[in-house]
Amino acid sequence: MKTISKMLPGVIALAAAAALGLASTSVRAQDKTITLCWAAWDPANALVELSKDFTAKTGVKMKFEFVPWTNFADRMLNELNSKGKLCDLIIGDSQWIGGSAENGHYVKLNDFFAKEGIKMTDFMPATVTGYAEWPKNTPNYWALPAMADAVGWTYRKDWFAKPEIQAEFKKKHNRDLAPPKTWAEFKQVSEFFQGRMIDGKKVYGAYLFTERGSEGITMGVTNVLYPMGFKYEDPKKPYAMDGFVNSPDAVKGLEFYKALYKGSTPPGLTNAYMGEGLDAFKSGQVAMMMNWFAFFPGLFKDPNVGGDKIGFFTNPSDKGKGVQLGGQGISVVSYSSNKNESLQYIKWFANPEVQKKWQAIGGSSAAKSVLNDPAYPKSSPFAQNFLDSMGMVVDFWAEPSYAQLMLAMQKRTHDYVVADKGTAKEALDALVVDWKKVFKDDGKSMK
Amino acid sequence: MSIPSSFVSRAVQATPPVLATRMRGLSDRAIAWLFIGPTMLLLLAINIFPLIWTIKLSFTNYRANRPNANVLDVGIDNYVSVLTDPDIWAAMQATAHFLFWTIALQTLIGFALAWLIDRKFRGHGFWTTMILIPMMLSPAVVGNFWAFLYQPQTGLFNYAVSFLTGVPASSFEMIGSVRLAPWAIVIVDTWMWTPYVMLICLAGLRSIPDYIYEAAEVDRASAWRQFWSITLPMVLPFIMLAVLFRGIENFKMFDMVNLLTSGGPGSATELASITLKREAFEKWRTGYSSAFAIILFVAVFGLANIYVKALNHVKNR
Repeated sequence: MKTISKMLPGVIALAAAAALGLASTSVRAQDKTITLCWAAWDPANALVELSKDFTAKTGVKMKFEFVPWTNFADRMLNELNSKGKLCDLIIGDSQWIGGSAENGHYVKLNDFFAKEGIKMTDFMPATVTGYAEWPKNTPNYWALPAMADAVGWTYRKDWFAKPEIQAEFKKKHNRDLAPPKTWAEFKQVSEFFQGRMIDGKKVYGAYLFTERGSEGITMGVTNVLYPMGFKYEDPKKPYAMDGFVNSPDAVKGLEFYKALYKGSTPPGLTNAYMGEGLDAFKSGQVAMMMNWFAFFPGLFKDPNVGGDKIGFFTNPSDKGKGVQLGGQGISVVSYSSNKNESLQYIKWFANPEVQKKWQAIGGSSAAKSVLNDPAYPKSSPFAQNFLDSMGMVVDFWAEPSYAQLMLAMQKRTHDYVVADKGTAKEALDALVVDWKKVFKDDGKSMK
Repeated sequence: MSIPSSFVSRAVQATPPVLATRMRGLSDRAIAWLFIGPTMLLLLAINIFPLIWTIKLSFTNYRANRPNANVLDVGIDNYVSVLTDPDIWAAMQATAHFLFWTIALQTLIGFALAWLIDRKFRGHGFWTTMILIPMMLSPAVVGNFWAFLYQPQTGLFNYAVSFLTGVPASSFEMIGSVRLAPWAIVIVDTWMWTPYVMLICLAGLRSIPDYIYEAAEVDRASAWRQFWSITLPMVLPFIMLAVLFRGIENFKMFDMVNLLTSGGPGSATELASITLKREAFEKWRTGYSSAFAIILFVAVFGLANIYVKALNHVKNR
């Protein structure tokens, strides 16, 4: 007892010091602010809401830097290349992963995942490969799958349901008017609606991506190319592109996209991407719209075209299936001064409960705990289409030279589809030449 | 104008003795260097050094987004690649088309407007201000709102053309057609910058002394003769100056065209500056784009020098 009483002042002092230490840690955490960079779109607003829970739990404040999609790659890749400290966390596009990993922009997360018990097997395989791995199909992780996305379709269910339209379509095509399952059906439906008067207004068949400056037309045309047989390379010989990128099937796919563009879209659709598509659909201009699933929760709630008026369908098939992968992973920027807090955010974000809430408030989780939940397919009118799409996604090159590869495809496809320059074969042959040059400069073997 | 001696004596008194002693020991030349030195240093830092650095980079395979990659000396390979690249030549052709027609139209319309405004009719001040408004707008704003004006379904431009010609408004796409898009950017630039040319021409017209016209009247010269023999020759240096300014500006045109067409459809309006930006900051081919930038710089610098010589020749006539 005597010993204890002798030790008491020391114990009190230690306890006080520990309490002070804890308090100061807490004060420090409350003083910390981390910046998350992403594109400016609907899910980003949902993430702002979600992140309030992180601040409440940890005391780390969040700042957000959202850039419009058309400038997103330009702005953020410049930021990374200049080793800027603007972003602590970045939700970067899937195609940046190669460059960002090889150039040291992202922190490698393997050790962190192992330490914190975060397993990539808890996420949908396509999203892990697409958003987190570099080199692809190797267990080297540079991001946590954050926003699962793919291209999907919306259509005007109310127009499709009109008896006079149903009757006319059946008379013309000898089948019921329904959301198309194949590209041949899609063309029939879009051409059927093209220039039709509905509710006293001239409407058009479909909205497609045609944007020239960033990635738009590539993200659009690939949804026809993949199901028709286009492949980026010989599956047995990496970077061997002859006969795959410019195969007869790929040529057919590109010609088909041009035919759709010429015969089924509203006038003036020469440089249009997601935003213009939403405008066209919301203003009742088109019967069907190509866009990212990420926009569908917002569209479904739209007072003019949402609810019962809108339906959704998966990207049509042809000889095969395939759809453009969208979405992003969340990474810690190597140049950040707040790496610990940023990793803390990733750990918090990976939590199944947080993923569940992320999905519920307008995000799009890639976690199996959310997507494989038996209730998920009925959670929204497009949930099943999303699951189907995630089973057939294909992504663009994610090489370090992705920007050069993307700009080449933007140029060649826009030249052919919109500007009527040359033939589809010439466009794809030229694309192969462009891509070979990029890979040659990168020192890749194409034999 | 002489400086009052009281001012000089006050300045002498105000100079601290130590500084005054030091300055007294400096030659005029040294004092001159002291004054221009900081400016020279600044110029070297922000103009000359980047230029030399760009020249150096243009002989390498350097990529700014690959700091860890080996930088190799590639000799004149980048220059050869630029000069033999058909896409670069297509961009140069688009630039030449844009330059020629914007300068021609802006000079003609700008001079005509200046000539009209110079008549000093009632309300000419108001109309001068109205005409100047487009020039005061930001190119980003102009690019965006002309994109709306050119919209085939709802754009005012198409409706105006339809109203005047009877051609259906949605039957043509100004920024979506390969044939029309190069003209669409010419129209917007002309709308925006003609007032600038007008202002310079107006300054030229107002610098012609009235007595020359009075003497011509005495000699019974016709209005046409007065225009050809007095007005045009005396305004010509001003017009040439306006052409020089617009030429240099439009050679590096980027913002308005990028916002209006992004260089499309296809590459129909991809001007040299847009190509340069894509090569430098999207594809990150720093060495290659440095070579392209140097070629553009030499072209503009060379042409501008020849032009300034011609301008001086006209002025000295």
